[in-house]
Amino acid sequence: MATTKEARPYVNPYLAGTLLGVVLFLAFFITGGGLGASGALTHVQTGVLSWFAPGHVDRNAYFADIAGGRKNPWASSEVYMLVGTAVGGLVSGLVNRRFKLEFRKGPRVSTPARVFFALTGGAIMGYGARMARGCTSGQALSGVATLSAGSLAFAFAIFASGYALAWFVRRLWT
Amino acid sequence: MLPIDLAATLGPVGTALLFGAIGAGFGAALEMGGFGDTRKLAAQFYLKDMTVLKVMFTGMIVAAVLIAGATAFGLLDMSRVWINPTYLWPGIVGGLIMGVGFVLGGFCPGTSIVAASTLKVDGMVFLVGVLTGIWAFGETVSGFQGFFFSSAMGRFTLADWLGLPVGATLLLLVAMALLLFWLGDLAVARFGQGKPWAEISLRPGRTGFAAAAAIVLATVVVMARGQPTPAEKFALLGPAAAQPVEDRSIFVHPAEVVALRKDLNLQVNVVDLRDEHDFNLFHLGGARRVAPGDLARPAVLKGFLDAPASTVTFLVGNGEPAELAAWKELKALGANNLYVLDGGIDRWLELYPVPACIAERAVPAPADPDALAWRFAYATGSSLPAAWPELPSSPDFRSPCGQLVATEGEPEGGEHEGIVWPTYAFQKKVKLKAKVAVKGGCG
Repeated sequence: MATTKEARPYVNPYLAGTLLGVVLFLAFFITGGGLGASGALTHVQTGVLSWFAPGHVDRNAYFADIAGGRKNPWASSEVYMLVGTAVGGLVSGLVNRRFKLEFRKGPRVSTPARVFFALTGGAIMGYGARMARGCTSGQALSGVATLSAGSLAFAFAIFASGYALAWFVRRLWT
Repeated sequence: MLPIDLAATLGPVGTALLFGAIGAGFGAALEMGGFGDTRKLAAQFYLKDMTVLKVMFTGMIVAAVLIAGATAFGLLDMSRVWINPTYLWPGIVGGLIMGVGFVLGGFCPGTSIVAASTLKVDGMVFLVGVLTGIWAFGETVSGFQGFFFSSAMGRFTLADWLGLPVGATLLLLVAMALLLFWLGDLAVARFGQGKPWAEISLRPGRTGFAAAAAIVLATVVVMARGQPTPAEKFALLGPAAAQPVEDRSIFVHPAEVVALRKDLNLQVNVVDLRDEHDFNLFHLGGARRVAPGDLARPAVLKGFLDAPASTVTFLVGNGEPAELAAWKELKALGANNLYVLDGGIDRWLELYPVPACIAERAVPAPADPDALAWRFAYATGSSLPAAWPELPSSPDFRSPCGQLVATEGEPEGGEHEGIVWPTYAFQKKVKLKAKVAVKGGCG
């Protein structure tokens, strides 16, 4: 089995970046829009919410914009891209023998703590991504590639607060 | 020119497959770069591994150079490409919040999808967190709508901000990225690996140097080529763009302009292209004067590009040639719902005349079609009823000539102290088009 063998090493970051840049360029070149993830996750979240509370989705302007009335949150280019992203990650993981059930964390942190911080960090990330109208891919990567001024400011803001906080939570990762 | 019109060419299934394929490339590139491993992502913040910085900024500059290159060589129509609108402060605050989430959770949304797809449980947990956070945002955003929509600057690029051409801006961006790579490597050597400064070589490796030279060279080529001028771009758009000029479907009869100005559902903008002298003599009510040379200036152009979809803009000159030149320029730059006034102000004054003692036809008529063909006794601005034919009569208006404008036909609802404008038959030409709603994946 491929997965039992040693995982292949990651490619050179500049090569990976160039591949990413070419994919990003093709996205803009063919469709006129960039890459992204958090927009699609907004559709997924609203779609799931509308199964349980369709009335609530209709009454909340933010959700109604995505799944209100007869709008279908699942049939959107973002969601198709999300599915593609998962498939692309899966295929690359299989080919490079990294498709393996694993739980990854820093060396000094307990599993429950890692679960707690992954959940909390994810929630904070999701909240911030919607406030910034995009995540690292949709706002920073795609925005800067088209020279959007706000996107560059946003990219530096992520790194700034990440570095500012890193020392205080070093037990999580080092 | 690309991008393609997705709905028209591909249909729903093709569109889904296309976005799926692009996503697959995206996911694969992230996975190959190591973005599925939370430790590699977090190591960024402890200066142990600069993979995130390198992959992200390489992706940005490679894409930016290719995009600017494609527009420079006339392959890509930038006006139809989605550029993330800038909402400066919500973006910065959102970014600061995300930085916290990044260092606590060890992923960003895109990378957690890749991690989850390769069965990393921590990635799946993070993804559940992201969905929860998005839900919480949707529930609470109504409490700070004001902030969420504050500092809206629309489509605002670094080139607009710096006041530089695209090529020069790109060169600065590339230089910034290369500097970050170099500093990142130094920081990893010093703080990540704990080497003393004396042992760290300040010279980048040979491969890195070659790669940096390649991207700089590509940027310089793009810069030297320059972006197409609006006239060149209009030519590149091909016969489809010139068609409305040929069949005159953009030339709107003055009476249709009047009718649209009555429509409360529309925002009708009148952009007057003439010089200040002619503008002061007479202009349409509410018209804004823009010199033709200023149309492409970022601050002016933004007004056209960021206009709501219910906006119709009419370009107004004395005659048609100036109107048409401006129309082509703005069309090439991506303006929507853009029309010209058929016959210009000269014709307008024939259909909606001002009292004869104020202005009369110049005899002989000027040879220049862009010159005002009427001689005014004094500057009237937009003070005369002819500037506002759509308005009901103003009881204060008295014709200074002691006579009223001769009228015929049915009143069109606009009466000015006895002035009844004739009803003109016209062919409707204005068709509102929705904006080309191309959105980024995170829109």
